[in-house]
Amino acid sequence: MSGATATAPAPARGEARVSAAGIRALLRDRPAIPLAILLGILIVMSEIVRPGTVDANWASVIIRTAVPLAILAGAQTLTMLTGGIDLSVGAVASMSGFVVATLVGDMGFMSAILVAIAAAALAGLMTGIGVGIFRVHPLIMTLAMSLVVLGLANVWQLQNVQTGSGVPPELRTLGAGFTFGIIPNSFVVFIPIALLILFGLRRTGYGRMLYAIGDNPVAARLSGAKSWQILLLLYIISAVMAGIAGFLLSGATNTASVTLANSLLLPSVAAAVIGGTSILGGRGGYGGTILGALILTVVTALLNSLGFKEADRLILFGAIIVLVAAAYTRVTSES
Amino acid sequence: MTDTNGTELLLEATGISKTYGAVVALKSASLAVRPGEVHALMGANGAGKSTLVKILTGAVRPDGGSITMRGRERAVHSPAEARRSGLIPVYQEPALIPDLDIRSNLRLTDTPIEPYRHWMSELGLPDLNLANVARTVPLASLRIIDLARALAAEPDVLMLDEMTAALPANLTERVLEVVGRMRGGDRSVIFISHRMIEIAAVCDRATVLREGETVGIVDITAGSEERIVELMLGQAVEELSARQERGATDESWRAATPRLSARGLSHGTRLADVTFDLHPGEVLGVVALEGQGQDELFDVLAGSDKPSGGEMLIDGKPVRFGHPADAIRAGVVYVAADRAEALLMQRSVRENIALPFRTAFSKWGPINIGDERKKVTAAIGTLQIDTRAQREVRRLSGGNQQKVTIARWVAGGVRTMLCFDPTRGIDIRTKTQIYALLTDLAAAGAAILIYTSELKEIQLACDRVIVIFGGKVVAEMNAADADEPTLLRAAYNLRSDAVMPEQAAAEAVAAESGSEAVAAVEEAMTK
Amino acid sequence: MTAATTTAEARKPGPLDTLADTARKNGWTIGLLVFLGVLLAFTRFIQPTYGPSGIQNLAIQALPLALAAAAQAVVVIAGGIDLSIGSMMALTSVVAAANMEDQSPEYAVFVVIAVLVLGLVLGAINGTLIVATRIPDIVVTLAMGFVWAGAALLVLPTPGGGAPDWLKDLVLGSLGTEWLPKALVLLAIVVAIVWLPIQRSKIGLWLYANGSSPLAAFRSGVPVNRAKIIGYMVGGLFAALAGLSLTASTGIGTPVPGPTYTLLSVAAIVLGGVSLAGGRGGLFGPIVAVFILSLLRTDLSFLRINTNLSTVAQGIILVAVVMVGTLVQLRRERR
Repeated sequence: MSGATATAPAPARGEARVSAAGIRALLRDRPAIPLAILLGILIVMSEIVRPGTVDANWASVIIRTAVPLAILAGAQTLTMLTGGIDLSVGAVASMSGFVVATLVGDMGFMSAILVAIAAAALAGLMTGIGVGIFRVHPLIMTLAMSLVVLGLANVWQLQNVQTGSGVPPELRTLGAGFTFGIIPNSFVVFIPIALLILFGLRRTGYGRMLYAIGDNPVAARLSGAKSWQILLLLYIISAVMAGIAGFLLSGATNTASVTLANSLLLPSVAAAVIGGTSILGGRGGYGGTILGALILTVVTALLNSLGFKEADRLILFGAIIVLVAAAYTRVTSES
Repeated sequence: MTDTNGTELLLEATGISKTYGAVVALKSASLAVRPGEVHALMGANGAGKSTLVKILTGAVRPDGGSITMRGRERAVHSPAEARRSGLIPVYQEPALIPDLDIRSNLRLTDTPIEPYRHWMSELGLPDLNLANVARTVPLASLRIIDLARALAAEPDVLMLDEMTAALPANLTERVLEVVGRMRGGDRSVIFISHRMIEIAAVCDRATVLREGETVGIVDITAGSEERIVELMLGQAVEELSARQERGATDESWRAATPRLSARGLSHGTRLADVTFDLHPGEVLGVVALEGQGQDELFDVLAGSDKPSGGEMLIDGKPVRFGHPADAIRAGVVYVAADRAEALLMQRSVRENIALPFRTAFSKWGPINIGDERKKVTAAIGTLQIDTRAQREVRRLSGGNQQKVTIARWVAGGVRTMLCFDPTRGIDIRTKTQIYALLTDLAAAGAAILIYTSELKEIQLACDRVIVIFGGKVVAEMNAADADEPTLLRAAYNLRSDAVMPEQAAAEAVAAESGSEAVAAVEEAMTK
Repeated sequence: MTAATTTAEARKPGPLDTLADTARKNGWTIGLLVFLGVLLAFTRFIQPTYGPSGIQNLAIQALPLALAAAAQAVVVIAGGIDLSIGSMMALTSVVAAANMEDQSPEYAVFVVIAVLVLGLVLGAINGTLIVATRIPDIVVTLAMGFVWAGAALLVLPTPGGGAPDWLKDLVLGSLGTEWLPKALVLLAIVVAIVWLPIQRSKIGLWLYANGSSPLAAFRSGVPVNRAKIIGYMVGGLFAALAGLSLTASTGIGTPVPGPTYTLLSVAAIVLGGVSLAGGRGGLFGPIVAVFILSLLRTDLSFLRINTNLSTVAQGIILVAVVMVGTLVQLRRERR
């Protein structure tokens, strides 16, 4: 009978299933471990293809490059946890970097930074009002906000052609400089931000609320959560993070342009996805996202050192995202 | 393929097995349906009933076993193939496309229009416009449309999966009547329902599943109900006994200030005028036929929706709820029937239980993990939640999930709890535990309002009961007096003098006031 | 629809009812058309010289975006979203331009057909990956957007290539009367040839059914996976047409990945009455919306308003329309 033959190989399959289940559980519950392994493999590969590449300097340059992306991806992670997406992080970041670059001459460094962050927060407030209070789909609201911010930044640019001359030295120091010659200054800015988000998501009521409204908005509401408050604050936080990433990026690349950070928009989503945050909400975290940003940065550096061009890099990026996302989908789906 | 009496079988499934990861959903299920019979498929939650349905309808592929239709082996890999091979299911959730009109929905399944019209009039809804977009048609009518569409395709086997659940009584009657007529013909019906009375009324035989296996096939005769329940439970029936000594309980609550009072509450077209008092220490039952305003009443009381008229009082003081948060602050908490509405499926048991602790703006700061763990552990203990799969709530069984939705409120201390059909679709043992818990909460001074669709649970769990019909309270009685026939008569808004068997009462009303009420409601909804 | 069916219904809808019914169902599209008319009149008012050449420019400008919006609309109706449309346009555009440069007109016909097939293939790859991996559409198309953009850069690292005169002739100039731009006629014909047969067939029902409720569609016997892939294939075909129209109107191929086209296509379909939730809307509304957006830009320049503000205006209009839509919906639900 077919039944008997079917049961015969069962024990072997059972064992295989146990180890497969172990890997599944690892990827599902502790995605940071396999991601860290992947990062390690990439670093080893970097060293193998160009012996002598990997040293302290290399690491600090990688980190410096990864920090703006990691911050943007952090903003993306927070919004994705609620089931949203923030397509305005690129525009807001570019705007912020540009505003700092053009204002430093007039008002001094700290004031310029405060103005940029305030402008970013204002954009975030608008987005938050749209998404939280008027219930506009986040995709549309942030898309619209990116159009608005880009347009206004362009207008600002036209009126400041005479002043907008390059990136001020303070910004260069902040974005590209090193403390003790080895620790990137931007990393010093990044550490408290990262710790705040990591702690906030795990150990604060607000973090729980982000997961809750992303997982099940109806349940969150019935339990007393007011989603408009949560979303309003969320999009302000997201925009402020984008603003910070913006001037760090401007300093790191020595560029002030109203489209500077646009090329980081899609990688910011990619880093969050690679880090295990679900675009459907309710699942993920910032630890994975940071690793995701590092992985993308190391891959880029590796490809550059191998002489690959932009084109190959883009293709490989796409392939990595699909592969990693497919792996997550496999381990987190129930049936 | 013949069964023991030598009749040729229409559908035969043998040795069906299915595992999801490490979970065995079906070990070895079998089902044999003769031509011209109405065959019930029974099983408690987790028995594998829904998996078997998915396999028979082609939604899921089995790991092993065989399915034959009229003696021929059949491999079904999709609902489309199942349809072609002659099996059409009708679900509780109608399979109509919300954004398409009825005509396009019929075209989608290649259903001929004339037979469809014939069945619609047989089922009591002859005047439905084919140009109506499904989204605008009331749910009950959609189910009837779905059924008529299935009947019009003349399937060998019609599968009704909880199709009558929460269907208005007059429509249920029509459905049962049409199903009953299939008996003795060439075609068959697989009938799935939680309501024993329907099984007894229309079914010839019942296949009972337990723990993924077929444990018995019962001929439906008088008294077979006991046998089926025994088979489902795998042991002698424990009576639901939460409130057995309830008659002798302390009733001092009647004197106290009501915890929650409704004064002439109304909402939209469904909730017209509801007035009642709910006292501390009391379990007050709410009984109503489907769509009599109970959904709106609970939404209003829980702060999900604002009343269009009337007043609510907490401890004698008027309150207005603009958001569930307001109700929660006033000590009124809500347990929803639909667990998908209440739970964060991807989050842990702990986060789910602690959810209400964090919702207020002032509670968004750092969490005291030790304190939280203590409260949550206590609540898990109180409800005896099986926490083996606590990392993600979606991996818990239905009964355990329902316990989590209650535990989240128990953890914070309950003053007033609103429960909307809290035992819908969960097994008898969990039901008993939940009722015992509600009784304990009341004994500790909580006020509990509970709507249940299962009338016999009123006497087991409640002190007092109100009956709502057409958006108004039409009867109030002590639970001791509220046996099933009395409640049923009251639910149909009938005078209680005439002694009427349930069945006759249902039919009488379906013909008169019931159908009017339903018609009025449907008219209101389509506007 | 037919006499036989209406007789059986209790209340016979009169011709006026049918008209009213049509108006109600297509109210949004009619409103958009009226608005476009008003906007044209307004343009003529502020710029009395605005005439046939203006209309022609408008049609040529709007053509690629209109086709991109059609692509996005089909995909969204079928329950997906395609963030790779801009990149698919870039890829198909450069493939066409690179292969048609200095070739005979007959060979160019062959290239056009091949590029259309390429569009179908790209869409099929998107759709198949989504169906096979069960990764959310937005992630897969985001990732594949990288891949197509990289591929476009491989084909043509810098803008270049060429197009035969007959192809340019298809979009440039007017037909019959000078008031009827060829680009508009081409758009109408292309959309009619591709979409109308689909919409009227069972496949059209599948697309709408799958977008409206995948579960109900599955249970109704709709091959939901195939439906989704078909939706993406039709989207890919429209994206290829959009790419070809870019090459035809500019005479060259530009490998610039077009997030702008992607994002604007989303904006256009939302303005055009397609629900992001799927299952609702059509192709006509989004196309009209594209013309409105293009004309707004023209008007702002006539009014000597900084054209960058038109980006701002687009964002604000997008949000305003969605907010109004949401409010109308909320009011309808309250009643």
